[in-house]
Amino acid sequence: MGLEAKLKQDGFFTSTVDALVAWARKSAVWPMPMGISCCAIEMMASGDPKYDIARFGSEVMRFTPRQSDCMIVAGTVTYKMSYVVKKIYDQMPAPKWVIAMGACTSSGGMYRSYPVVQGIDQFMPVDIYLAGCPPRPDNLLNALMQIQEKIGRTKARDFQDIPLPELPVIQNN
Amino acid sequence: MDLKELVTYKLKEKFPEVEFDITDYKEQLAVTFGKKNIVNVASFLKDDPDLQFKLCEDVTAIDWARRKNRFTVVYHIFSLKLNSRIRLKSDVDESDLSVDSVAFVWKTADWHERETYDMYGIIFNNHPDFRRMYMPEEFEYYPLRKDFPLMGIPGSLPLPKKDE
Repeated sequence: MGLEAKLKQDGFFTSTVDALVAWARKSAVWPMPMGISCCAIEMMASGDPKYDIARFGSEVMRFTPRQSDCMIVAGTVTYKMSYVVKKIYDQMPAPKWVIAMGACTSSGGMYRSYPVVQGIDQFMPVDIYLAGCPPRPDNLLNALMQIQEKIGRTKARDFQDIPLPELPVIQNN
Repeated sequence: MDLKELVTYKLKEKFPEVEFDITDYKEQLAVTFGKKNIVNVASFLKDDPDLQFKLCEDVTAIDWARRKNRFTVVYHIFSLKLNSRIRLKSDVDESDLSVDSVAFVWKTADWHERETYDMYGIIFNNHPDFRRMYMPEEFEYYPLRKDFPLMGIPGSLPLPKKDE
């Protein structure tokens, strides 16, 4: 008796929990749009109907890190801004991924000077470095698909009991 | 009476004791004088009914690196009445970097002076809110000075700690 006949009768199939969880995770990667400068325009363009990031389940741009899975750092990160980026990254619940979008974020890009961090991997982990200045929206979609592939290889138990880091309360004046 | 004659006449009449060096280059008028008189000259140019330089477009500085008076503070002001600009310049030496603030004459000068302080280290006396503009508060250097390296001083700007 083959699978087709089984499906005709009861309509079930077997899988592993890992595969199912990974499939669910990678099909709904909610991005945290960390739009800092011009790359953010291309990031917005990737959400429009022409490029349509919704085809990959990532149209839900959450403007709060508490509800996001993947941080898209789109733009030039200065030393002053690096604390903000890190703070928002720390607030994202695990599992989390990071796309360093564009040349500035990946390596400082054309801003080879004193105020710009020469690559955000100096202070936070990065999963995908995305080339371009700024990258086209289809390039961002490509990065997203790479992230999905990476998530697809994970196991559910990889992310057990990862607590949110204790964040210090900073009084801004 | 063209602009140069008018400004020269007015300034000489009002401040006979101050030395003015008024030059005209490519129809841009520049007035150079000692930094002690900056507030008096600025408020006169703003309030005089014939001149009315009411808009301060920019305050910045020049670092001449090896010159005796190392810095020059530059003010660009605009008169809506005359539809023309003049440039005020004052030399500042490294031994005494203070200049009196004109933020009470032109309110726009507030942020411009903060920026000049941030980038060149010129101290503006009596400024209402004297802090750095762009760089972090605890930063110790002045990036637009000629002796500041393009890539900065290593370790002068701390980064957040990377988790393992």
